Amino acid sequence: MNDTAQIYDQGEYNFAYLDEQTKRMIRRAILKGIAIPGYQVPFASREMPMPYGWGTGGVQVTAAVLGKDDCLKMIDQGSDDTTNAVSLRGFFEKTAGVRTTYETSEATVIQTRHRIPEKTLTEDQILVFQVPIPEPLRFLEPRETETRKMHALEDYGLMHVKLYEDIAKNGHIATTYAYPVKVNDRYVMDPSPTPKFDNPKIDEMAALQLYGAGREKRIYAIPPYTKVKSLDFEDYPFEVQKFDKPCALCGAENVYLDEVILDDRGGRMFVCSDSDHCEERRAQGHTGPMAANPAAAQITEKNQRETTR
Amino acid sequence: MNTIQSDEPLLQVHNVTRYYGDRVGCLDVSFDLWPGEVLAIVGESGSGKTTLLNCLSTRLAPTAGAIEYRMRDGAMRNLYQLTEAERRLLMRTDWGFVHQNAADGLRMNVSAGANVGERLMAVGQRHYGNIRSTADDWLGRVEIESDRIDDDPRSFSGGMRQRLQIARNLVTHPRLVFMDEPTGGLDVSVQARLLDLLRRLVSDLGLSVVIVTHDLAVARLLSHRIMVMRQGYVIEAGLTDQVLDDPREPYSQLLVSSILQV
Amino acid sequence: MPVRLYLNNVGKSFTMHLQGGTIIPVVDKVEFSVNTGECVVLGGPSGAGKSSILKMIYGNYRCDQGQILVTIDDEIINVADAEPRKVLQLREDTIGYVSQFLRTIPRVSAEDVVAEPLIAQGESEDNAVKKARSLLARLNVPERLWTLPPATFSGGEQQRVNIARGFIAHYPILLLDEPTASLDAANRAVVVRLVQEKKEQGVAMVGILHDQDVREEIADRIIDVTAFAADAAA
Repeated sequence: MNDTAQIYDQGEYNFAYLDEQTKRMIRRAILKGIAIPGYQVPFASREMPMPYGWGTGGVQVTAAVLGKDDCLKMIDQGSDDTTNAVSLRGFFEKTAGVRTTYETSEATVIQTRHRIPEKTLTEDQILVFQVPIPEPLRFLEPRETETRKMHALEDYGLMHVKLYEDIAKNGHIATTYAYPVKVNDRYVMDPSPTPKFDNPKIDEMAALQLYGAGREKRIYAIPPYTKVKSLDFEDYPFEVQKFDKPCALCGAENVYLDEVILDDRGGRMFVCSDSDHCEERRAQGHTGPMAANPAAAQITEKNQRETTR
Repeated sequence: MNTIQSDEPLLQVHNVTRYYGDRVGCLDVSFDLWPGEVLAIVGESGSGKTTLLNCLSTRLAPTAGAIEYRMRDGAMRNLYQLTEAERRLLMRTDWGFVHQNAADGLRMNVSAGANVGERLMAVGQRHYGNIRSTADDWLGRVEIESDRIDDDPRSFSGGMRQRLQIARNLVTHPRLVFMDEPTGGLDVSVQARLLDLLRRLVSDLGLSVVIVTHDLAVARLLSHRIMVMRQGYVIEAGLTDQVLDDPREPYSQLLVSSILQV
Repeated sequence: MPVRLYLNNVGKSFTMHLQGGTIIPVVDKVEFSVNTGECVVLGGPSGAGKSSILKMIYGNYRCDQGQILVTIDDEIINVADAEPRKVLQLREDTIGYVSQFLRTIPRVSAEDVVAEPLIAQGESEDNAVKKARSLLARLNVPERLWTLPPATFSGGEQQRVNIARGFIAHYPILLLDEPTASLDAANRAVVVRLVQEKKEQGVAMVGILHDQDVREEIADRIIDVTAFAADAAA
């Protein structure tokens, strides 16, 4: 009798909530996804004890790949302590009993919504994305039969129509998140609503990337070290956002920043979206221009308290 | 209308038949279409002309018969034996399809420029500036002002939409264009302008056209040859002015005599 | 002089299905030939079938019986059973038609209307328009009208535009359907000169001309169409 069965016998949850048959089914979909990088594999998405939109796709993928010895990190918009991240972390602590962490380097499985950690990921890590709408062609072509055909035939002119419209209307490609990419020179893929700032990280990433869409019942994957190219025009090449200031708290440059409102008198600051990255830097003694500001310090303190809980 | 003389037909239609269950769509239609030739299919509603057009343009599989097309490499291919990928490539490069209702042939929620540029992007053009200037050039050729290039077709009048649809189709220099009542539902004055534009484009570009219309004036102005359809059959075919000035079949005579003379 | 056009046993009737299938005979056993450089005028009262013969030669009316043979170089083409595209080709480079009425094309200027047949034969646009202007000038069409579409012209002006269009290109066979009807004396004289020039170029012409003076000036032969009356032969 194996460990999971034992737990089951004791009236506990099955390991990581899903039953073994379901996890096998999901693993098969994942393997297929890895074999065809960027291709959306349909799978029999289960009802999860949380609403759609909360990451049911990511949760099922995580459940299927998680082992007893894994260490799980759960982030939402770059932060480990927002509602979504806290709830899902709690879910796996309860149903799988695995170790969890805030530290990117310590985690073996990272489930994320809308961000990729700033710290370079390694071959020993798996990054699981929660995906709301997996089909990059959906807003241009509503028919699923047609989008599947378009993928099959590499009929991707429409994707560039969207980018053309951006330039025509805004003077530049204004798409800033869910920026379409071409994976391994074959499938056009939606990298989930991550900011396009993170797109270069997807290219040739050492970690395995798995994407799960629960409501839409699709899984897709990018194996380690796969070429991922952001779509663009020759005369309007792909560019990431640039921030004119460093992080107000840790002084980091070339990271993705969130705007934080400090008071109702227009006070605000831009800080690392990746909260773990920011804290690690501050622990190393880096400081940003507003680190000493009382309003900012209050936020820092709050974070500190939660981290050391 | 000058015709490009060529010894090889562009399209060969052999006994095309289409049934809808027990009902007849079109029956046993055969003809050749030559490069640079404009063929009008006329007849009343329900005569099978649109069914035939859809069969020819691979939008509707015939129940029986074969349609062969001369590809750009000169080889004659059976349209219904092409792979889906080949067929799509054909439809977005070498062919055009002008719908009666422009909204069916346009993307109503993207700009005029993108509507024209789409085919270019679909065949791999990746230079925004070039795509835009080609689109601008084509808008000019269909008499749409340059400053409308970033407007949605929703803000265009019926005639402008139709001209935009034509530009969208012609941007890849197709050799064969199918048209389904392209002037239907337009004001008479708008119709005249569109017809004149079509006539010139067809002759300047040496296009082969299969045009379905119930308007004999349209057929006379645009086409070299005409096929009169009734109850699924082609009942009379020949030179446009010959069929219109000297119709033989009772139904053709009725059709011709039904035109109001102005 | 070689024979350019030969009509052999040509017959034509109309079946009026809308009038209970009434058959209206038009002509029967039409036989005549036209040599290069010759102008043959069809004579006879209206309704004798002159126009129908002209239209059959042009392929505009179908020919029920017989042959309409056109000799070009070593080739003999029978218009009566030619494929539509062959007829179109003949109209482009072999058979011209000058009718009384201009089928106006919206938005095309008079000079372009006139130049079109020449451009279709492969002439450059510049040269064709140049030639069109000189013809319009010869036919006394006021210069201010040249760049306007002829739809709004007077009947006489339209007719002269149409004559210019008919005469601009070289066709080995030219069909004249009352080209001088309702022209004034000066313009009639221009048309007569144009016909003479075509004759010198070896063009074979078949014409319908009601104007006695013009007919006498240009006709080499007059063929009485009443001889081909269908009921006479029946």
